[in-house]
Amino acid sequence: MKFGVVVFPGTWSDRDCGWVVDQVVGAELTYLWHKDTDLKGCDCVILPGGFAYGDYLRTGAIARFAPLMEQIGEFADRGGLLWGICNGFQVLCEAGLLPGALIRNASLEYRCEWTSLLVERTDLPFTAKCADRDVLRIPISHGEGSYFADPATLSRLEQRGQVVFRYCDPSGRVVPAANPNGSMHNIAGIVNARGNVLGMMPHPERCAEAELGGTDGLKLFRSVADNALKVLVS
Amino acid sequence: MIARVIVTPKAVVNDPQGLTVKQGLASLGFREVSDVRVGKYIEVSLDTSSEHEARQRVEEMCRRLLANHVIEDFRFDLVRDGQHR
Repeated sequence: MKFGVVVFPGTWSDRDCGWVVDQVVGAELTYLWHKDTDLKGCDCVILPGGFAYGDYLRTGAIARFAPLMEQIGEFADRGGLLWGICNGFQVLCEAGLLPGALIRNASLEYRCEWTSLLVERTDLPFTAKCADRDVLRIPISHGEGSYFADPATLSRLEQRGQVVFRYCDPSGRVVPAANPNGSMHNIAGIVNARGNVLGMMPHPERCAEAELGGTDGLKLFRSVADNALKVLVS
Repeated sequence: MIARVIVTPKAVVNDPQGLTVKQGLASLGFREVSDVRVGKYIEVSLDTSSEHEARQRVEEMCRRLLANHVIEDFRFDLVRDGQHR
């Protein structure tokens, strides 16, 4: 399993993701520059957090036109594992690879804090190592992470079980008080219908070692690394 | 030719910025303010003299980049250089 971590101008979580892949999980790692035109044989591509292209115009709006994004779209079409974290989630929505959009937090504040996430899908390559209805403790760090989708899209996501993570209280109850940003239905992460493109606002790469106060994020990285279902990349 | 593009959050999208500005205006005594929506104003200068062509191109720019149709509406008008201020 070879991981590729995409670097745009303004990306800031690339080294954190790379560190977890390389130093903690021990998987093969390469960085992918936004101007690259091939994915160097990666099985899983991570779009990390940050402010790609300064988030000018809208978060993710310019990044989606990077030369590498065309390759990434084709990669996802072939079934390759694509994982957008924070700014990466915003890029995936702007690129139309996931439905909906991330808008300004309801509080207008930049929120940097621990959250609890209810895991609603454990049959995915990203969450295979999570227990059924697991509650993960993973931090967020964003100003524009409020998930929005029109009613039809939202009900389609719910009906098809595409909501992977929901903000919850520490005991796993999905309540308004546990929602840090005003996301509809407490949504923290969604997957596409095929199950190979995941977008999430919380940062698993920031809680993959005990020194950082938690290791729940490691479950997701290990799920992908140990993914027995060989990815269908041709 | 200059296109004056206005991008606003859709009515169904929460606009916490607008809400905060509304509260600010209320605290200044502007009690008659019933709603505020905060959007963006974008000026695009175009090297073209055909208004018809400019309209089509700006429409496409809005759809493909300047606005996100999931959360935003857009509208624009066109003015000749030097007439817009």
